[in-house]
Amino acid sequence: MYGWLWRHLPGPTVVRLLLAVLLAAAVLAACFLWVYPAVAPFMPFNETTVGEG
Amino acid sequence: MSTQPTSTRPPAHVRSARPRRGAGLVYGVIGVLGELLITLGVLLLGFLVWQLWWTDVEGDAAQAEIVRDLGYVAPTPSASTATDDGVADPSPDEPPVLAEPDHAVSFATLTVPRWQGEPARPISQGTDRPTVLDVLGIGHYEGTAMPGGVGNFALAGHRVTFGKPFNRIEELQVDDPLVVWTPDAWYVYRVTSTEVVTPADVRVIEPVPNQPGVEPTERYITLTTCHPMFSARERYIVHGVLDYWAPTSSGTPAELLG
Repeated sequence: MYGWLWRHLPGPTVVRLLLAVLLAAAVLAACFLWVYPAVAPFMPFNETTVGEG
Repeated sequence: MSTQPTSTRPPAHVRSARPRRGAGLVYGVIGVLGELLITLGVLLLGFLVWQLWWTDVEGDAAQAEIVRDLGYVAPTPSASTATDDGVADPSPDEPPVLAEPDHAVSFATLTVPRWQGEPARPISQGTDRPTVLDVLGIGHYEGTAMPGGVGNFALAGHRVTFGKPFNRIEELQVDDPLVVWTPDAWYVYRVTSTEVVTPADVRVIEPVPNQPGVEPTERYITLTTCHPMFSARERYIVHGVLDYWAPTSSGTPAELLG
């Protein structure tokens, strides 16, 4: 998977490395912005209310 | 003069190292699966970082802005006016009681002198996680009394994550002041008791705490948060009762100036 990605990134090693880091950062940013906030309410360790909650 | 052999077959050691087609596929699948699992582990680690650190960064910033927008200015001990000492005088009158605002509207702030270093936190209507607790800080149980009202002014807040407004709740001791501010009035409550209950124990936010069905005559406050920290197994509860109230125009409560 990552081997395939590495082979398909263009340019010399330095450019590939930069692109790979950039891609990883983009994935992490997407997680922080959308994925984690969507998942968080389903996590069972953070309820603070009494009653139905 | 010798010429290089032009055989199309690679040398024997290369041929023998090349795996058979089926084995290559299996190794490929296992490799990808391994990479996916490692990726999943890294993303889970990222979730922890987001939950335990980033939500605090975001929550603190958002809540500080709400407190600013409400018009709350943190009192400083030296900010006494020239004409009088700047200390709010307890009012003998009936305290003003706001009507319950719409869902997710911020209407007050809470300051706890015992939690030195903690900023004032906004109090907003509702205890829904996605719309109130996860972004706005402290939530007010809908249908319970408003600040200064007869009955139980019941609040919920996160103990960890999203700004963790009630992080230091276990430091509270009996008689500690809980200072609620609205644009018009200060309400100074004092802690009367703390307890640990199960999540189903709604009696703690009854108009008279722990006495369902009893008509209230006192002005109570109740804080609820999770317990133990990082767990949803139990709830940590703090009860208090109104000590006095004062108009904001009369100064700042002595509890915040000490």
